[in-house]
Amino acid sequence: MLKVENLKVNFGGIEAVKGISFDVKEGEIVTLIGSNGAGKTTTLRTIAGVVRPASGKITFDGEDITSIEPSSIVKKGITLCPEGRRIFPDMTVLENIKIGAYLREDDLSADIERCHRLFPILKERSNQLAGTLSGGEQQMLAVARSLMSKPKIMMLDEPSLGLAPIIVKNIFDIIKTINDEGVTILLIEQNANMALRIADKAYVLETGHITIEGTGKELLTNPKIKEAYLGKKN
Amino acid sequence: MNLFLQHALTGISVGGCYALIAIGYTLVYGILRLINFAHGDIFMVAGYFMIFSFAVMPFPVAIIVTLVATTVLGIMIEKFAYAPLRSAPRMSVMISAIGVSYLLQNLATYLFTALPKAYPAIPGLKKVITIGNISTSLVTILTPIITIVLVMILLWLVNKTKIGLSMRAVSRDYEAASLMGIKLNKTISFTFAVGSLLAAVGSILYFTDRMTVQPFSGALPGLKCFVAAVFGGIGSIPGALLGGFFIGVCETIIKAVGLSTFSDAFTFIVLIIMLLIRPTGLFGEKNIDKV
Ligand SMILES: Nc1ncnc2c1ncn2[C@@H]1O[C@H](COP(=O)(O)OP(=O)(O)O)[C@@H](O)[C@H]1O
Ligand SMILES: [Mg+2]
Repeated sequence: MLKVENLKVNFGGIEAVKGISFDVKEGEIVTLIGSNGAGKTTTLRTIAGVVRPASGKITFDGEDITSIEPSSIVKKGITLCPEGRRIFPDMTVLENIKIGAYLREDDLSADIERCHRLFPILKERSNQLAGTLSGGEQQMLAVARSLMSKPKIMMLDEPSLGLAPIIVKNIFDIIKTINDEGVTILLIEQNANMALRIADKAYVLETGHITIEGTGKELLTNPKIKEAYLGKKN
Repeated sequence: MNLFLQHALTGISVGGCYALIAIGYTLVYGILRLINFAHGDIFMVAGYFMIFSFAVMPFPVAIIVTLVATTVLGIMIEKFAYAPLRSAPRMSVMISAIGVSYLLQNLATYLFTALPKAYPAIPGLKKVITIGNISTSLVTILTPIITIVLVMILLWLVNKTKIGLSMRAVSRDYEAASLMGIKLNKTISFTFAVGSLLAAVGSILYFTDRMTVQPFSGALPGLKCFVAAVFGGIGSIPGALLGGFFIGVCETIIKAVGLSTFSDAFTFIVLIIMLLIRPTGLFGEKNIDKV
């Protein structure tokens, strides 16, 4: 469904992504794990069209989408739930949800209901300014906002960042639910343990290169991964 | 008492014009974090648009031509002088804005000479109206009314419509707005269009009262309106409205008590005091810098 081939991205003189390839099949949960600065965020921002690659090719459902405008990417059914949530703090919770559907002209009520079903707290907080929500609630809002574009594939950049374990669990459960409802997931995490547990396929990104790939289960038991990313030593 | 009312009315009227211009500064600052130094000169060019269109067409058409031409001018300035610098440091955009300001002033001098040109009298606007013991012209009464109606429409536009939603989103976070599918350039163009349109309305009301336009007519009002926007809290529409009225009324009172020479300096004293005691202005955002 989504295919990245030999993608290279530079910032000034710095090579942030040094030629990576991976693909995401329809219906899967794919995760890209890697430590800080590995190039994960840059990869997703490039797919979303807000960063231009130096070279490489991105295709979606067979169509070349390299370097097209972010709004066209959203229209094709790709959404990015960005690192650090980036909700609009001085808009209400409901406005934030609605802005996720910015490019849609059809009736939103069924999708707003879906968001409220997945995240009941957002319904209660509808008219509150989004900036006043807790970190976990803001992350839920960011996911709900992304969902409003009716994506075929949702990319999530470190949704667990800075959140308490119980809330992380909650968010991962919801990611799983969204996937079960038919949305393909491309998930980036430093929290490798949680990500690998729900992933069908996983890639490890190290300083701009993919070094290991396999199913979520394989990587969970891979000794190298255990040592470097799961904080356990055998 | 009558004299006081008379001056208050004049002040509110001038203040209305200032408010319309101040909103242009505030809108552009809100979305680009740029002080659009060319804004006062857009206002001046709108004056010339009116003079030349009025000479060859009936006045309602001339008004429309002026409004449209000024709006297009604002969009063009953004497209050619600011948009190419979208990812450049903010200082470069600021320098570009100063450049556009000089360009407009010098172009006007070159094309129309530095001599003041007579501003046309729009039929009816200068009609004298007497209420009780106060007599004033229609434009003086009309200005604050038009200002407030336009601000109400603008607030509705920003807070209740889809394009307004995109303006608020882009003001806050370019990248998050892009990820929603909002087109930055389109939204920024629209913001310049609105700011310039309001400046054109302000220009018609202001010059109808002043009766002449010259190439530097925009410089001082531009600076004063910038101060009005800072006073109200740059980025805030109600702030710009209040700031415009405040500067207009104070200036008129200072003139009325015989301190005309001091009235322009007053504006800048307001700026300095405000920056010292409350840099974010009356309704300013707390964290004014983009994250
Ligand atoms: N806007 C930017 N300008 C310059 N360098 C950047 C920018 N964004 C990321 N980088 C650099 O690119 C590399 C990869 O960053 P990033 O993609 O954010 O990694 P990750 O998300 O895996 O932590 C880092 O070395 C980072 O410093
Ligand atoms: Mg990152």
